This record gives sequence, structure tokens and C-alpha cells, in this order.
Amino acid sequence: MSRIVGIDLGTTNSLVAHVEGGIPRVIPDGEGRTLLPSIVAWTPDGVVVGEAARRQLARNAARTIYSVKRLMGRGYEDVKDELARLPFRVTPQAEVVCIRIGDREVTPPEVSAHVLRALKQRAEAHFGAPVEQAVITVPAYFNDAQRQATRDAGRIAGLEVLRIVNEPTAASLAYGLHKMAEGIIAVYDLGGGTFDISILRVRDGVFEVLATNGNTHLGGDDFDRAMVDWILADIRARHGADLSGDPEPVQEIRLGAEAAKCRLSFEERTVLTIPFDRFTYHRDITRAEVEALVEPLVATTLAPCRQALADAGLTREQVDQVVLVGGSTRMPLVRRRVEELFGRTAHSRLNPDEVVALGAAVQAQILAGGITDMLLLDVTPLSLGIETLGGIVSVLIPRNTTIPTLAKEYFTTSVDGQTTIDMHVLQGERELAKDNRSLARFDLAGVDPMPAGMPQIEVTFLIDANGILQVQAHEQRTGKAASVEVKPTYGLTEAQVEQMVEDSFTHAEADVEARLLIETRTEADTVINHVERALRQAGALATAEERAAIGAALTALRTVRAGTDRDAIRECTIALNQATAPLADRMMEAAIKEAVTSKRADQLLENS
Amino acid sequence: MTDYFSVFGLPRKLTVDGEGLQRRFYELSRRHHPDFHQGTDPTRQAEVLAQSALVNRAYRALRDPLPRVEYLIALEEGRETREGAAEKPRAPRELLEEMLEVQEALEEARAAGMVGDAGVRLREERSRLEQRYAAEAEAVVARAGEWDRLVDEGGDRTALLEWFKQRLATRAYLRTVIDDLSEALGEREEGHVSHRRH
Repeated sequence: MSRIVGIDLGTTNSLVAHVEGGIPRVIPDGEGRTLLPSIVAWTPDGVVVGEAARRQLARNAARTIYSVKRLMGRGYEDVKDELARLPFRVTPQAEVVCIRIGDREVTPPEVSAHVLRALKQRAEAHFGAPVEQAVITVPAYFNDAQRQATRDAGRIAGLEVLRIVNEPTAASLAYGLHKMAEGIIAVYDLGGGTFDISILRVRDGVFEVLATNGNTHLGGDDFDRAMVDWILADIRARHGADLSGDPEPVQEIRLGAEAAKCRLSFEERTVLTIPFDRFTYHRDITRAEVEALVEPLVATTLAPCRQALADAGLTREQVDQVVLVGGSTRMPLVRRRVEELFGRTAHSRLNPDEVVALGAAVQAQILAGGITDMLLLDVTPLSLGIETLGGIVSVLIPRNTTIPTLAKEYFTTSVDGQTTIDMHVLQGERELAKDNRSLARFDLAGVDPMPAGMPQIEVTFLIDANGILQVQAHEQRTGKAASVEVKPTYGLTEAQVEQMVEDSFTHAEADVEARLLIETRTEADTVINHVERALRQAGALATAEERAAIGAALTALRTVRAGTDRDAIRECTIALNQATAPLADRMMEAAIKEAVTSKRADQLLENS
Repeated sequence: MTDYFSVFGLPRKLTVDGEGLQRRFYELSRRHHPDFHQGTDPTRQAEVLAQSALVNRAYRALRDPLPRVEYLIALEEGRETREGAAEKPRAPRELLEEMLEVQEALEEARAAGMVGDAGVRLREERSRLEQRYAAEAEAVVARAGEWDRLVDEGGDRTALLEWFKQRLATRAYLRTVIDDLSEALGEREEGHVSHRRH
């Protein structure tokens, strides 16, 4: 069996890991970085992924896609409100979300496939051998369509997805391998875009999920948004500029806000500096200010926690350990609220950014037969039902049922000679079909013409270990298998996925060398951009000599940038950075002076 | 239909050692879970999947005392049903009449726009019903031993079976009324239908 890798396909960052000598490890890229930003940019030179794509955010906003996980397996109507806040354009249509990039359209699974392909290449470079099989994690609260979309992304990237694993459960496997978890464990997983709570019983190597709950649309992204709105308002007040309609500056603010948020997890206050063309925004920001902004969002994670406990039939006193997973749990406020809710200390002994990928690697090793004493028994997060008369849902498989599981239901005809029967399958907890998530419509075809009510069609709804639904039908009388045609409500059809897999081969990705060249060029562009802005804003701060040196370095870099010599581009980029260093220092001094002065002015105003 | 009791090698009785059942469940899961049958041929994989689903469903049906009774009733009646979804329950007549009064009070309160102490009264009513709801479950579970003795002695279990059905029907009916009250009070969590362990 070839190597199976474990992949955490995150909203903000993605990672690939594998088990080596019995220990799960994250595979770094050539420069030692473990996190790959889940960002994909379409540049004139080709598609770039990760750090290089992140640099495009504030320059090429309409063609740089981030947080695509929030669009996976969703319809236009679901994400309409959110799309207003994203810089890229989406074609309005009911079914799968389609993002417009210049003259072509891409679906979220195709975007995710670019991220997966980059991770695949990273692993291949590490092993020096092809990697074709993977375990990919998803939020536990992902529905069927979101899981299918993730699996489709894997296929498009040329990976056979052997298993879809829930993120909090994967984390518990990573902890389990370290023998850190026995008893009742609550895993609180707040990532970049999704929130999960899972309650497990861990005993003798069996990881039995008792209940799970969550919100697939809540995470650090939402915290950043609250901060961006607040900063935009502050910029309006202080500089009289309304930047809210400008995608590039908004991205600058978002990146600045995200970085400040992260710093505030470790410091009480920080300085936020965002340079714009006409002015530089500069202010002190405290942890308390950010906490006030995100508090209502954090509060919404508590009800799912209580529901999961109730579904597990447990009280909070029965929980032995609370584990924190996901980057957003680094915020002291989140930790505080979780600890208050469960009435005990929460811990994150394993790196909350990496623990899910490590767990995916453990699951991969289990599937490869390398670990035989651990077993994960997961549950389906949402009730599965079919629409019956009057638009009421009849639940076939209740939420929190251990998977794999199946339910059988009998169908018959209502009209003489009827040869097809259609079914509407839904997921969710509401009584009315219209309030639940439509998964698919199934057409049972080839029913022998008989008087109404005579045919007895047994339909088996099977949820496999991936949490994905399979439907089979048999005519009871004849034992004949009925054909089932699936029309996914929010997913790609089999034919569409096939086409995308094929496309990914024909429009073959730039090979590794070409990719590196693109990345180097992108970095050069970033530096050129910064230098040009610095010259516009504060050119007067540089001496004539310095200006000449910067000018020469700029010209040199522009010249080599047009060519394909990667090393030359890199050297010239470094040279330009060096030539600009004195100017940058002086700009920083000036900005600090300005901040101090304006603070004094503020104090004077306050005291007057 | 495979009898869920036989999956675990248990007799068709209501008293089950929870610890032992869990241990057996883990053992069977280790044997049949698809994780341990990767790379086998598709026919074998399908078998494993079906077997694993059976083990999971059987454990779910037998793990908690009340669902166990519900499953046993279905089994005794030879009905092939899914978990927890028995035939539409027929609640006893006195209960229906009593509940009619609760429903009327609810309608009145609704019509009047839930003003004054309507909310307080409905809440009181609901907590009284919730106590009865819990008491019905306890009553059923309390007679589990009696059932097992009848099985051992080969006695007539018809009357007790009927009694179980009555109690469960009453319970299901109470649940509906409680949910109606909660909804009227605006306290129903996002229409969450609870499926477990009441």
C-alpha cells in the first residue's frame, strides 16, 4: 500500500501530516513552514497557492480566493449575505456556488483542489515518491453536501480520499496516541471558519463519539470581520476616508486586524499600523476592545455545547477533560468562556493549529494497518429524513447515531401503472422539510407497472464511515434492484466531477520549477509595490543618494523580473529591500512620533 | 430481521449489564469496522459495512433501558420498524380528555396574546407534565425485571406488553403537549427535536 497522508483542509490554513516511526508529524515545505494559507490566486503568470497567494490579497483582490471552505457544498442563497463581504465575484445561481475569475468560473471544490494539490506536492517532495491517497478532515457539523464537496476536491487534486474524518475526533486521536485522553472528553474546536463541539468516551483505545454539535459558519473569520467594521468606522472618523467599498484597502485592513488579533492573545495591547496610499492608519488597540467586539460571537458557541452534553446524556460534572482545538481557541476570552461553561480548566497541550492534521495522520495509519489498537466510532451530526405528505420530515436516522448506520423504508405507488417514485432526502432537526437542508432528490425508476399500492420498494439509506449517504433500492416482490438517480441539491454531479478531474490533467499545473518562479516573482512584485508606495508617501524623507540607489535597484529588479532566472530575481529583491532600509527606518520613526504626538493631543483633549 | 439481542449473544430480556454490553460492542466494532478492512474487495467491503451498521444500530437500540423496551415491543409484535418510530401511539382516553383542557388553556392564552400571568401558568403546567413524562419512563423501566421473570418462567406476557405500550403511548403524547407548550412560550430551541435519553 502506498503512503497515505492526513490532511487538515482548513478555512485559513491547511496542513499535511503523516506517521513516521509511530509518531505523527506535520510535513513542512522547503522553507520549514508547516501551515499553508488556504488561499489561491489567479495571476497573469498562473495559479499560486499559499503564502504567495496571500501576498496577492491586497493587490489582486478579485482574483484571490480565501476562506473558500465556507462556500463548500453550499448554494448561492446560503451565502448571499456573506458574499457581499468577499472581494471576489460569484455568479448568482441556485445550485453550486460559482466564482468568476476573469473569463472563467471555478467552483469551491476546484479552488480547494489547488490547496490539496500543493499539499500533495509538498508531501511528494518530502518522500521523494508519489502520494495518491489521503484522509481529509472536515468539521464534524458538516452536512452530506459539504462532505461530498470535500471528497470531490480531493479527487480533482488527484487524491483518492480514503476517509473523511471529523476534525474534533481527529484531534482526539492525536491526543489518544499520546495517552493523554481517557474517560469523557469534550473537544471544543473553533477554527478560522467553523465551530464544533464533540463529546467522546475514550476507553481501551476506542474513541466513541457520544454527541456532536456546532456551527459551520462561525470562526476567526467572523472575529476579523467585526474588527474590520470597527476599524473602517475609526478610519472614517479620524481620516475622513470611507474605504469600505475598496476591496484592496479592505484586505489590507483584514490582514492587519487578523495579525493584531493574534498578537492580542499574548499581549494586553498592540499597535496597529496599516499604510495606505494617502495616509498611514496607526492606533493602539487593546485586548479588552477586541474582546468586546467578539464576545457576542463567542457566546453563540455555548448553546451547541449544552446541546451536545444533553444529547450525550451527560452533565458537565461528568466530563473528565476539556480539550481546545483550532487557532481561535488561543484567544483568552474563548478559553475563559469554555472553562466557565464546563466548570473546569481546558487544555491544549498539543499545538491547536496542528493537532487536527496529526490526528488525520493517525487515522491514515489506522487505515494503512499500521495501528491496530485504536478505533474511532464517530456519529452523524444531523438527522436524516425524507419528506412526507404535507412537507413534514420523517426522520430515518437521528442525529448522533454511530456510523456506519442504515435505515430501511418502504415505498409504493399512488397511481395505477406508475413506474417512477421520487423521494426528497433532507438533513436537519426541523419538522418541516422547507426548514431543513435539502440533500438530494432521488428518482426510483423502472418500477413494473402495477395497480397503485402494489409495488413494495425497499429503500436502504446507508451512512458510511465518512458520514456520506448511499441509497440503494430493491423491489421486494421481484428482488430486482431499482435504479436510483441522484440529483444533488447543492453538489456537483458525478459527470461534473469527472470533467474537472480531466481538466486538471489537461490544463496541467505549472510544474514545481514554474511554481517557484511564480512565487519568486510574486514576492518581487510585493516589494516593488511597497517601495513605490513608500516613495510616493515619504520620498522626501530619503536623501538624493538614497533615492538614486533605490531607483537603480528598482530598475534592476524590474528587468530581471521579466526574465525567468529565479536566483537573479531573488538577489535583486534582496538588494532593493536593502536600498530601501534607511527610508523604511525613517518612516517608522516618523510614524511613531506622529502616534505619540496624536496621543498627547488626545490626552490634552480628554483632560481639557 | 436480525434480532439485536442476538447480535450481542444476549437473551431477549430487559435487564442488561451495561458495562458488559459496551465491552462487547467495542469488541464487535473492532472486528467489523470498515477501518480494519481497507483494501479488501468491494463485495467484502459492502459486507463489512452492513455488519458494522448492524452492530451500531443494535447497540443504540439496547444501550439505554427505555429504548430497549421500545425495541422489545417492536420485536414481540414482529414489526420491522426503525428505532423509536413505533406505530402512531394511541393514548388512553382519560389522558386525551385531560390534555384537551391543557390545549384549550394554551389556545386561550395564545389568543389573548400571552398576556398577564399566562406564561407563568403555562410554565407551571409544563413542569408538571415533564415530571409525569419522566415518571412514565421510570414506571416502565421499573417493571423490566418482572418481564424477565415471566420470560424465565414461561408465563403469559400479553398483559404486561399491553401495559408497556400504554405507558409509552402516554409518554409520546405528553411529549407532544410539552413541545407545544414550549413552542407557545417561545422556548423551543430552534425546533430541535430531541432524540435521546429523556
